[in-house]
Amino acid sequence: MSLIVFVGVNLVGDPVDMLINPEADQLEIERVIRDLGLDRPVAEQYWYFMVNAFQGDLGRSFVFGEPALKLIIQRMPATMELALFSLLIAISFGIPLGVYAGLKPHSKISRTIMAGSILGFSMPTFWVGIILIMFFSVHLGWLPSTGRGDVATYFGITSSIFTLDGLSHIFLPAFNLALFKLSSVIRLARAGTREVILQDYIKFARAKGLSETKIIRVHLLKNIMIPIVTVIGLEFGSLIAFSTVTETVFAWPGMGKLIIDAIYNLDRPIVVAYLMIIVLIFVTLNLIVDILYSVLDPRVRIKGVS
Amino acid sequence: MAGKAATTTGAIPASGWQKFWSDFCESPTAVGALFVFLVILFIAVFAPFVSPTNPYDLASVDIMNSRLEPGSEDFEGNVYWLGTDGAGRDMLSAIFYGLRVSLGVGAFSGVVALVIGAAVGLSAAYFGGRFETLTMRIVDIQLSFPSILMALIILAVFGKGVEKTIIALVLVQWAYYARAARASALVEKNKEYVEAAQCLALGDRRIILHHIMPNCLAPLIVVGTLQTAHAISLEATLSFLGLGLPITEPSLGLLIGNGFEFMYSGDYWISIFPGIALLITIVSINLVGDQLRDIFNPRLQR
Repeated sequence: MSLIVFVGVNLVGDPVDMLINPEADQLEIERVIRDLGLDRPVAEQYWYFMVNAFQGDLGRSFVFGEPALKLIIQRMPATMELALFSLLIAISFGIPLGVYAGLKPHSKISRTIMAGSILGFSMPTFWVGIILIMFFSVHLGWLPSTGRGDVATYFGITSSIFTLDGLSHIFLPAFNLALFKLSSVIRLARAGTREVILQDYIKFARAKGLSETKIIRVHLLKNIMIPIVTVIGLEFGSLIAFSTVTETVFAWPGMGKLIIDAIYNLDRPIVVAYLMIIVLIFVTLNLIVDILYSVLDPRVRIKGVS
Repeated sequence: MAGKAATTTGAIPASGWQKFWSDFCESPTAVGALFVFLVILFIAVFAPFVSPTNPYDLASVDIMNSRLEPGSEDFEGNVYWLGTDGAGRDMLSAIFYGLRVSLGVGAFSGVVALVIGAAVGLSAAYFGGRFETLTMRIVDIQLSFPSILMALIILAVFGKGVEKTIIALVLVQWAYYARAARASALVEKNKEYVEAAQCLALGDRRIILHHIMPNCLAPLIVVGTLQTAHAISLEATLSFLGLGLPITEPSLGLLIGNGFEFMYSGDYWISIFPGIALLITIVSINLVGDQLRDIFNPRLQR
């Protein structure tokens, strides 16, 4: 799979044309081409790339002059913390709201929640980001709108979440990124709840005299989690992909901003390396979701064994 | 608008279209959304006639009028209801023209993707075998990547431009249509009328186009509506990032992007209003699409 993406990126387009300053003279152009190894045939370049890639070297950035992989790895924690934080927001708000809307489908609040989720589905991420900045940063001046803020290191992890300043920086972009996921979690939780609540085991639990909170916590939540976990797992990848947009709006120094800048600057090695890493992340995520799935749903496990 | 005329002649036994329309009318929200969408479509198509000024006619744009607040007047007494942007263009007119570009790109790429996707999906279902395995594997792989990432890859490779953006949107979307087309064609393929057509020794092409396809159209239309909304949003995102449409074809996304730099100085209107236009467009298409899906969904059949 990664091969398809890679071959496509490498064979199409003319890197020579894209990379060189139009004002450079012929000698300069030839020197640059030679330095970057772009005078060799594409197949040969590709061969060298693959040989190096297996040794963990995905090429050097044309702009920064540093290994592309290193640049991306440097910026990865920022993106990961943003994605994880917004996933946290999506889950911790989405599931309660969705379950509520599923339990009382006709109440006014539920209708408001559902209308909100349609809006959250439809609103383009980048525009919401702008609105958030405008309202909370420019108008009210409560939260900062750019950068990552102070970072602190605990347990070997450097993150903004550990400082108050960092938290205030992460909140807006994370909320922005979470909004789309939040809507889909609400919808899934609501659909799941409406289905599960009619099942016999819920009736039985009620007949046993269990309290409503216990029924919801033990019997309902467990059963609606399966589709939610699948979707969240698969969508975590899309959170990382969409973070390119959010990171650009909020000037968050993550790998999404790096790739956008790389595309502007025609920094091919970074683009290629980023895509390779993203593909890797996606394959890994799919695997994790499959494993989680069988942990949560014993029926899948039994089928797998037999 | 043709649909409204149909309801007034409701005395005749309900034809397919009339039943469809009365089903559609069950949701007032959807009817309202359809109306809003038609208004937007009208504005987009007739933008040169309905907009107060031509925002891209350099003679009528004056830099002196830049960044005026909504509702303010210039020296000649022209009122700018939604203010002006950094170059002194009337935002209202710019939004009308932007709608034209956004809807045009979205709809055109949607139609092309629909044709390609339907062709692939229908023939995959009809012929089966290796062709089906191969194409559906490609579809699966593609759908496992988020569309924004696919579009970014394509635009990073090809560079920006109108036709490249359309290519990117088509490449992102065709897989959805292919999957929907195949799913419904698989059901239709085994029905008797297809067998009958085969017994008549009709050509494969004719069976696919004249017999199977008309019966697969409903789900494709639903996917088409929702995908078009998605395409418009995606195009706006790409243009905002500066990777989609060039500055000569300003879509709503580009207008929002242009306004972004002025926002920190409090000039909210340059970004906000194109965004609201975009939002209304997408929401109205989504609501219409949702209602269509409910009508065509056999599980909800009344």
